[in-house]
Amino acid sequence: MRLRLEARAQTARWLVFATPLLAAALTLASGIVLFAALGYDPGRALTSFFIKPIADVYGLTELAVKATPLLLCALGLAVGFRGGIWNIGAEGQLTIGAIAAGGLALAFHDAEPGWLLPAMVMAGAAGGAAWAAIPAFLRVRFNANEILTSLMLTYVALQLLGYLVHGPWRNPHGFNFPQSREFGEGAAIPLLMEGARLHVGTILAALAVPAAWVLLDKSYLGFQIRVTGLAPGAAAYAGYPVSRIVWAGFIAGGAMAGLAGMMEAAGPIGKLQPLISPGYGFAAIIVAFLGRLNAIGILFASLLVALLYLGGETAQIDLKIPPAVTGVFQGLLLFFLLGSDFLVRYRLKFVRRAPV
Amino acid sequence: MPSDAPKPPLIQLSGIVKAYPGCLANDRIDLSVAAGEIHALLGENGAGKSTLVKIMAGVVAPDAGEIRWQGEPVAIDGPAAARRLGIGMVFQHFTLFESLTVTENVALGAGVEGRDRKALAARIAALAARYGLSVDPSRHVHHLAVGERQRVEVLRCLLEEPRLIVLDEPTSVLTPRESDALFATLRLLAAEGRGILFISHKLDEVRALCQRATVLRAGKRVGECDPRMESAASLARMMVGADVTPARRGTPRAAGAEMLRLKALDLPPADPHGVALRGVSLGVHAGEIVGIAGVAGNGQSELLAAITGERLAPNDSVRIAEMPVGRHPPAHRRKLGLAVIPEERLGRGAVAELSLAENAVLTAAGEGLVKNGLVRSRAAAAYARKVIERFGVVARGSAAGADSLSGGNMQKFILGREMLQNPKLLVAAHPTWGVDIGAAAAIHRALIALRDQGAAILIVSEDLDELLAISDRVGAICRGRLSPVVAEEEAGRERIGQWMSGLFGAEAEAHAA
Repeated sequence: MRLRLEARAQTARWLVFATPLLAAALTLASGIVLFAALGYDPGRALTSFFIKPIADVYGLTELAVKATPLLLCALGLAVGFRGGIWNIGAEGQLTIGAIAAGGLALAFHDAEPGWLLPAMVMAGAAGGAAWAAIPAFLRVRFNANEILTSLMLTYVALQLLGYLVHGPWRNPHGFNFPQSREFGEGAAIPLLMEGARLHVGTILAALAVPAAWVLLDKSYLGFQIRVTGLAPGAAAYAGYPVSRIVWAGFIAGGAMAGLAGMMEAAGPIGKLQPLISPGYGFAAIIVAFLGRLNAIGILFASLLVALLYLGGETAQIDLKIPPAVTGVFQGLLLFFLLGSDFLVRYRLKFVRRAPV
Repeated sequence: MPSDAPKPPLIQLSGIVKAYPGCLANDRIDLSVAAGEIHALLGENGAGKSTLVKIMAGVVAPDAGEIRWQGEPVAIDGPAAARRLGIGMVFQHFTLFESLTVTENVALGAGVEGRDRKALAARIAALAARYGLSVDPSRHVHHLAVGERQRVEVLRCLLEEPRLIVLDEPTSVLTPRESDALFATLRLLAAEGRGILFISHKLDEVRALCQRATVLRAGKRVGECDPRMESAASLARMMVGADVTPARRGTPRAAGAEMLRLKALDLPPADPHGVALRGVSLGVHAGEIVGIAGVAGNGQSELLAAITGERLAPNDSVRIAEMPVGRHPPAHRRKLGLAVIPEERLGRGAVAELSLAENAVLTAAGEGLVKNGLVRSRAAAAYARKVIERFGVVARGSAAGADSLSGGNMQKFILGREMLQNPKLLVAAHPTWGVDIGAAAAIHRALIALRDQGAAILIVSEDLDELLAISDRVGAICRGRLSPVVAEEEAGRERIGQWMSGLFGAEAEAHAA
């Protein structure tokens, strides 16, 4: 007996909708086993993972705050991924976006002109796009592998931020902590609710969903990007400008990540510090694929991954579950989701040696 | 040796069944090849020939059925088992490493024996001499012409001393002369008592070479015959299951304006093993079909790329509708009336993962399928439906995925998509490659109809018979040079065959003078 993978001749429509539910059921089942085996009350553990973080209005706003950068980054990345452009460096582009916007905020700290916040939005997007332009240029000009270049540039960006907040941009009155001065009032993203961190950026991110949907699924540019990703030969045959599509994919991903970085710096954080993002740029890659590179799917995926972030923290605080265990549980959910997604398109078959 | 009992055949397959998801590739197929026999396996694309061959090679395991080797039941559970029995394969697509020498290539498959390169080279030379397969063992494969590469494949197979040799469409890449040389070798091998299974869809070759033929259709064995006693038409009927009416070329109208002009076109190769175009000059006029013959890898793809704009050339060396376009991208050339049917259907002419409606947008965006930067999906679906109706494409509708169509239907779709744009110049590469006979005739009729509407058509093909059947003027390309292009009546198989192997230098010079 051997086990073999076969592509399904046809994908049943109900399977596409049933798999996320199946994955959820499998995650719950294995979660119960996991938590029970480690001596935690499975009911309480699951409640603190999935229910408690969003049981009140504050929890819901926190979910939106976490989902915002994930959503922004993943929407931008999806443009490139559809075109077969593997921009792995959204984390770095996010960081540069934060640096560009934060630099502006610090430079006009005392003047605080009225145009400061819009200028910071532009600077964040432009900074991210400029950082993404480097791997795009290397790919188009030298055919350098963009997975490597974009990933390595992430660490360059993180080091640059570290240098700035340890050195020239360090707050002179900050007791030597490696962080900049707090941004002024005019450089802070307006909040939407009293007593919560929910900010205007969330609305921008929500507006980006229909925009990305039109670009990816309805526009001719999106069509050209898709063809380039699926069949580069067909794109060449049809005469699509391949290098322009590489640029479009990188610029979209970089600008959106830079925007996310600007919002983190000018929103929840309010200053520059060595770590702007707890890995949003990397998690966004998972979000993009979990959402099947579809704008609506990415919206739901970003909410789910944000919930996993929050739930993991709640479970650690409430039940003293170690971070390793919550990490395993988060991994299980993603594993089941991606695995069942795979099985929609393929089936496992036990084959016997032919009775010859 | 008991002589009264009939000797069992070399290999006997009975009741072979192999199912793939959604298709029964082999449905209770029987086939036997005797020692000393050249046996043809005939069938259209998708008839199940390749699957059956893969089962014999041990690459694919059958779901049911029995294989007997010299009367003994055997299991062929891997390529190594097939080799041990004495089954040798020569595949349609070459499996040689370009940057290695002939000996090194052979050594890769020869295992322990391959370690002594000198002895191996000597064996190769000896085998080559015995079977008339002239090859220099020390040459690098990328220097070899296609016919020579095939000889290397045959030699590599012979080194294993096979009892049964299976050749999968071996002549599809050969000139007529090279084919004749291969047939002489095969007859010699059969005379030594080896069995030969010859897979082809070229009916004239099968009639000339084979003593028996097994015909497959849609996964089933439909019969066995002696091809020498059949006509090409009767063999075709067995393969297709219906009469096939070949397309009639008719007489072209007087040639009109020059829609394509190549002027002393030089083009460096795109990759180190590619072919450079050298001084190619060619004109194609409205209302005529010009056919360019040639063995694969002699500059056809470079020629097409220079015309379509995938490769750029000096501006004046390519003119479409009298406009110099050598430095212009494909979109610009399409606006001047160019339409292209590329060689590969999926991955180039169409995207496998997309629907037919979306594939219509691929090149017909200018037909009102895109407005204000947005794809108009209703218009795209309507366009796809029009192609499906007008060109008899068998598909579930405009939402059907391109990968759900058979090769012939996909080709009809691509052809229809290009033709509905009313091209002034149509360039087609191997338009009926791998397409069944019925669909091929339909494609030929459509091309001729387009010509009669006044379009200029350029066809590049390896299939000489096809070119002679539908072209008004014919030439050949060899090592990046173009032969003279003459009227079909003056061309003749023999002459074009010689041109395909590069024998036109003196003639070309006389022509130019």
